[in-house]
Amino acid sequence: MAGTTTSDVRLIGAWPSPFVMRARIALNIKSVYYEFLQEQLGSKSDLLLKSNPVHKKIPVLIHGDRPICESLVIVQYIDDVWASGPSILPSDPYDCAIARFWAAYIDEKWFPSLSGIARAQGEEAKKAAIEQVVEGLVLLEDAFVKCGKGRAFFGGDTIGYLDIALGCYLGWIRVTEKMNNMKLLDEAKTPNLVTWADKFCGDGSVKDVMPETDKLAEFAKVLMAKFRAPPPN
Amino acid sequence: MADVVKVFRTWSSPFALRVIWALQLKGVEYETIFEDITNKSPLLLQYNPTYKQVPVLVHNGKPILESLVILEYIEETWKENPLLPEDPYERATTRFWAKFGDDKLVPSVRGVLMTQGKEQEEGIPVVIETLKLIEEQLKGKKFFGGETIGFLDIALGWTANLMCVFEEVTGIKFLDAETFPLLSAWIENFSDVSVIKQNWPPRDKLVLKFQAAREKCLAEAATK
Repeated sequence: MAGTTTSDVRLIGAWPSPFVMRARIALNIKSVYYEFLQEQLGSKSDLLLKSNPVHKKIPVLIHGDRPICESLVIVQYIDDVWASGPSILPSDPYDCAIARFWAAYIDEKWFPSLSGIARAQGEEAKKAAIEQVVEGLVLLEDAFVKCGKGRAFFGGDTIGYLDIALGCYLGWIRVTEKMNNMKLLDEAKTPNLVTWADKFCGDGSVKDVMPETDKLAEFAKVLMAKFRAPPPN
Repeated sequence: MADVVKVFRTWSSPFALRVIWALQLKGVEYETIFEDITNKSPLLLQYNPTYKQVPVLVHNGKPILESLVILEYIEETWKENPLLPEDPYERATTRFWAKFGDDKLVPSVRGVLMTQGKEQEEGIPVVIETLKLIEEQLKGKKFFGGETIGFLDIALGWTANLMCVFEEVTGIKFLDAETFPLLSAWIENFSDVSVIKQNWPPRDKLVLKFQAAREKCLAEAATK
């Protein structure tokens, strides 16, 4: 169509991905307009393969014609570029280090334990997998109390880096709870995180990009069926 | 009040070296506490209850953990000799490749160092492919940071010292000058920087340490 130009900010992603959600929340916090280019399950677009040749994964932020990959690198980039908007990373270097530490913990240790629940075979294994996830959440509850200092979010009064790092998984946490008929975030062990989770999901920068639990559960079934299907010869 | 900076490290930890290099490049005075990994001090366990590992940077009593997180903290706290580029896109690229090094190169190298036979053979091309991606980042540059060493040089710096140690321990050549002309030149240039040169752990001790680690790992795998 004549006169159209490619948006200056494009995000390659998919609605169920928590990693993609991180980038979307960050862009929303900064009120940045972006074009959302959705990938289809089971195939990777040429643009994705060209923009992220190393990992071939979403999300990829394309700013102008330059791609930025890895969700937390993207969030930091957004914070650096749109510096006049609300800050995502804490301004104090120590608070920043704490946020970065827990975000790395979440991705490297905690998230694999969450995926471990779906992979666990048998009741005993599932129970052990669930316990591991809850242990991690208890650590994060403790971190919340220390970081948040009595305020609504890890980042203080507004959503910050660590809120984004953990909050993006809330959809999948709720799906796991629903599919296994139990609570991962509960009032007894993680009361602050329970309150935080509701506030996070209700926040203006989050609510339009957090998938509904039922819709995500349906998607999870499709995904699991796809992985359980015998490989084609 | 003067800054009190302490670094908990071991003599050999490549991740702790990152912290040492960054502090020295910025001219920050610090005290070193050497840990014995088989007998960790109560202080280390108190500062790092999650991972119980080195390095730990303690700045005025506050602990910072995880070497790449510590590097960012050092960069934000001590502004002399900036290690990260100013441009946000270049910063993002630097962070991407630092993460890549830790997420892909370290495990792939460990995968060859700690295995034998078919498993080891299959691991070698993974290391080579990963190194090739890193080699490309040096095109047109003396260091990853440009004319002087920066964040990414520090993050990948362990390769300049340890790859040849691993080559000796396994008898496998990873980094030959023909396949990796840029990385080979970088290793020489990087190792020549005085802050780097003066902090290398003793090579023969490293060979013994990693030989022992490899043997222990292979013995444990055999009993499974």
